[in-house]
Order: sequence, then structure tokens, then C-alpha cells
Amino acid sequence: MRANTWAGRNKVEVRDVPDPKILNKRDAIVRITSTAICGSDLHLVDGYVPTMQDGDVMGHEFMGEVIEVGSGVSADRLRVGDRVVVPFPIACGACAACAAELYSCCENTNPNAGIAEKMFGHPVAGIFGYSHLTGGFAGGQAQYARVPFADVGPLKIESELTDEQVLFLSDILPTGYMGAEMCDIQPSDVVAVWGAGPVGQFAMDSARVLGAAKVIAIDKEPYRLRMAEQAGHIPVDFDEVDVRSRLLELTGGRGPDKCIDAVGMEATHGSAHIAAYDRVKQAVRSETERPHALRQAIMSCRSGGVVSVIGVYGGFLDKFPAGAWMNRSLTLRTGQCHVQRYMKPLLQRIERGELDPTRIITHTLPLDEAERGFEMFKNKQDNCEKVVLKP
Amino acid sequence: MELTATTTIRKPASEVYAYWRDLENLPTFMAHVEQVRTTGSRTSHWSAAAPFGKNVTWDAEILDEDPGEKIAWRSTGNADVPNAGTVRFLPAPDGVSTEVHVVLIYDIPGGVIGKAVAKYFGEEPHQQLDDDLRRLKQVLETGEVVRSDGAPWGKRARKEFPQRPAQPLSDAELAKGADQ
Repeated sequence: MRANTWAGRNKVEVRDVPDPKILNKRDAIVRITSTAICGSDLHLVDGYVPTMQDGDVMGHEFMGEVIEVGSGVSADRLRVGDRVVVPFPIACGACAACAAELYSCCENTNPNAGIAEKMFGHPVAGIFGYSHLTGGFAGGQAQYARVPFADVGPLKIESELTDEQVLFLSDILPTGYMGAEMCDIQPSDVVAVWGAGPVGQFAMDSARVLGAAKVIAIDKEPYRLRMAEQAGHIPVDFDEVDVRSRLLELTGGRGPDKCIDAVGMEATHGSAHIAAYDRVKQAVRSETERPHALRQAIMSCRSGGVVSVIGVYGGFLDKFPAGAWMNRSLTLRTGQCHVQRYMKPLLQRIERGELDPTRIITHTLPLDEAERGFEMFKNKQDNCEKVVLKP
Repeated sequence: MELTATTTIRKPASEVYAYWRDLENLPTFMAHVEQVRTTGSRTSHWSAAAPFGKNVTWDAEILDEDPGEKIAWRSTGNADVPNAGTVRFLPAPDGVSTEVHVVLIYDIPGGVIGKAVAKYFGEEPHQQLDDDLRRLKQVLETGEVVRSDGAPWGKRARKEFPQRPAQPLSDAELAKGADQ
């Protein structure tokens, strides 16, 4: 089959690889009809996530048709011919983490748990196409994928919704939603979201459906800010204005009640010397993150507010504003999304028309043009917000 | 050398105990053990892949057991690497799960065998046992040892780094199957 693979830092390559087969009894094989490039794929390509190997099949946002199921998958749960969206964390459904609906912390699905434990203290779940640290599972930017624990994760789509309407249930819609949900939004809340990429856009939409009074979008790409503005959110361009002053202005001096970091480890910064400090430290690997967005979110949030982190971090960061966090009673909440927890309720919100995930799609390309898709998305060319690939 | 490791398994102690007490199950999750054959109600015959390619075998006997709570054993006769172990099964505070606490003691000899054993366990010998318990947990909670494309061989995952790329197995690789 054809598959998009990691080919070293700053390089992806669509190659021929063997077709996947059943390895465990609870596997299914899915013929992929739509897949997408995620912002977190850029962290892999940019070389900031360790344990990637030449030839790793990338991609963790995909959906398609079940063409084979293992002997351990019961027919009332999944059968050949079912149309499914596959959540990016692989979860067993049986361990204590899964029982607590902490699916991205599943205790059983990462065969390389020992390595993850060294980096993170405790292991994390397996994730499709997302380094060997998260298990070494082949991803979904391919014609076919093996889906382990197919009786736990995949969401069956039984209505007539298009692929584009439901594909993002695999990751970015639940991720954005969890970012907003962790904010415990009250009707009087002003919510500020750092990053108007795909996850940021969905965090903004989710904050709105959860009842926020006002939602603010912080970015520097005019087209991304326009997209947020068209969806009803208030744009703040950090290349044009001082973010802190603007946020104070928009909140009567209080600061946003809730702040969401939808940027993560590769933030850019308006202030050259701060950006240079983190770039150099990240380049020599003495700091793994460039956490400007997180620092600014913590400094901006009103006292007693919540800072919710859904942007991806991988290791260690410097100059964490612990004083602001502690002295102003901030709550910091975070997590890789527990996608399985949100798929059904968010499908219902899509069916009811409360959320329209298709609004962020700017490009649809054949799988064979994945490399061009990565290039456009990474360099923000041609107003690229979200690339859907068709195998 | 004394190794200790512990894990929590979301199954009742009676079930975890019963799985372990059927000693022939041990090779399913213990990386170095190739086969355990029961030879009597308390005796068994073990074989392990030695690092220099030749199999090492020994006899063992259960010294002490409390159903659902504890099993203690030791090697008998002239084992190349005399060893003993204890596993205790304790109810976890959640009222559902079982804490498994393992202690293994190896009497590592001098000479070629001793060196080979030391090399096998490497710089962090407890990792082997940690990984064994992770696989025990996978088997009891999910039914099997979990295989990924990068680490498809089950028990060998830790030993193969860098791993094969995370892409589907070829037919020839698939035919090899997982380690048991």
C-alpha cells in the first residue's frame, strides 16, 4: 500500500509499504477513506519528538471502512463494512486509567512503556503514527491501518454525514473541546485561546457552545485570525498589538477568566530576545520547549482563573512563571485528549448543527501529495489551515 | 543479586494468583523463560534462553504458598544460576485491583556463566522484571501481550532498539509470529 512516512528531520515521503495484517485478536483492519495532517505531526517532522525512525508511517487522524476484524472482536461491537472514525489514543478499555475514562493514559497499549516511563515518570498510551515513545504503531496517513482494540475505540458512523463532518472526531475536535471543558466555563467568562490553528479554532467554538460570554483568538497569521473572526470570535494579532494590554482592554482590566494554550512547544514570540533564548536552548536540547504561549497565558489569566493546556509539550521548559501561578491561585489543567470520552457527545453536537468541523478545511489533496501538504501547512502557505488527504 | 518489582492489575487476587500458580503460564510474560513444565504438585522444570545461545535448565520447587496471597519458590539441585523468588498478591485500596509484589534472588556464579548473566541483565536489571510484570498485566487485563508494528515481537521489545520502523510487517516477518 501507499503510506506517508517519516524520512528524517524536515522530510516526509510517500512510499510503498506492506499492507497491515491482524497481529492481536482484538485488531481490525480499516481501509482509510479520509485522513488529515495534524499540527502535532509538525513536531515530529521538525524533530522535536524523540524516537522517530526512518520509515515510520505517520498520521493519527483517520477514518474509513472496516475490512477485517480479529477473532477477539465481537460482532455486536464491530463488523466488516462498518464505517468508523478511529480515535488517536489506543486504549484497552480494561485498565484503571480506562475505567476512569483517562484513555490517553491507558496502561496497557504501549509496548514501549518502559521508555515513556523514563521520560514522563509513568507510561502513556499507544498512539498511531506518533513515535516509538508512544508504542511504535503505524499511522493512518496510508491506504490501510491496523487498529488495535478495535472493540474499544472506533466510533461507528451510521448516519449520512460526510467524512469531512466527522473525520476530526479522531483528534482535534475532542482535543479543542477538552481544552474548553477543562476551563469549567461559566456564563460570565471571557475565554482567551492562544493559537488559531485547527485545535485552537475548535477550542474557541467549544468555549462558545459551553456558554462563554466572549471568546478571544490570539495568533499572528491574518488568515487564521480572519477565520476565527468569521466564526464569531475576537481576533488579537500579537504581531500588531501587545497581547497583555489588549487582553486587559477587552476584559475591563480583569484579564481573561480562562486561558487555553493551543500552541505548545514550538511557539513564536513577538519579542526577539525571548524567542532567541528559547530557540537556542531548544536547538542545543537543553530545553525541549519554546513555551511562550503558556508563559503569556499564565501571566494574563485573572487571579483564580484556569489555564488549560492542549498544545503539545514533550519534555522540559525554562522560565515557568511559577510565582504567578502560585501567588494568584491559578489552576493549571492539561492532558492528551481522552478522545473516546468525547466522540459520541460531539457527534451529537455535529448532528444537531451546534458545531461545524468542516469550516477549517482549506485543502484536500491525494495521499501521494502528502509532502506538499506538510510543506504548505508548516509554512502557512496559501492560507493553509487544515489539510485532508484522500488515499 | 536481588530484584524487586511491583504492578497493580485490575483483577481479583484469586484470579491473578491462579494464573501465576499455573507455572506453565510464566513464559507468556517472562522474557528470559522459554518453558516451564510442571513435574509434580510443587515441582517444576524450567528452561531459559541463555545469552550465549545455549539453553539453561533447572528444577524448582515451591517452598510456601497461600492461595490468593503468596507463592515462594527456589531452584533445586545443581542449577547453573541458583535462584529463588517470592510473589505476593495484595488487595489494592480501590477494592477491585490486586498489587503484585515480586522479589527474585539470583546467586550469580563467577566465570563465563556469571559474566553472561550479568551482560544479559545489563545496566538496569530491574527493567527486565518491570517489563515482565507489564506483560502479565496486559495478558490478565486485555487477554494478550500487545504488539505494535515497531515492537511486534512481544517479549523482545526492550532488547531491540532502535526498533523496526512503525510500518506493517512483511509476510516473512509476520510468519515469525510473536515470542511466547
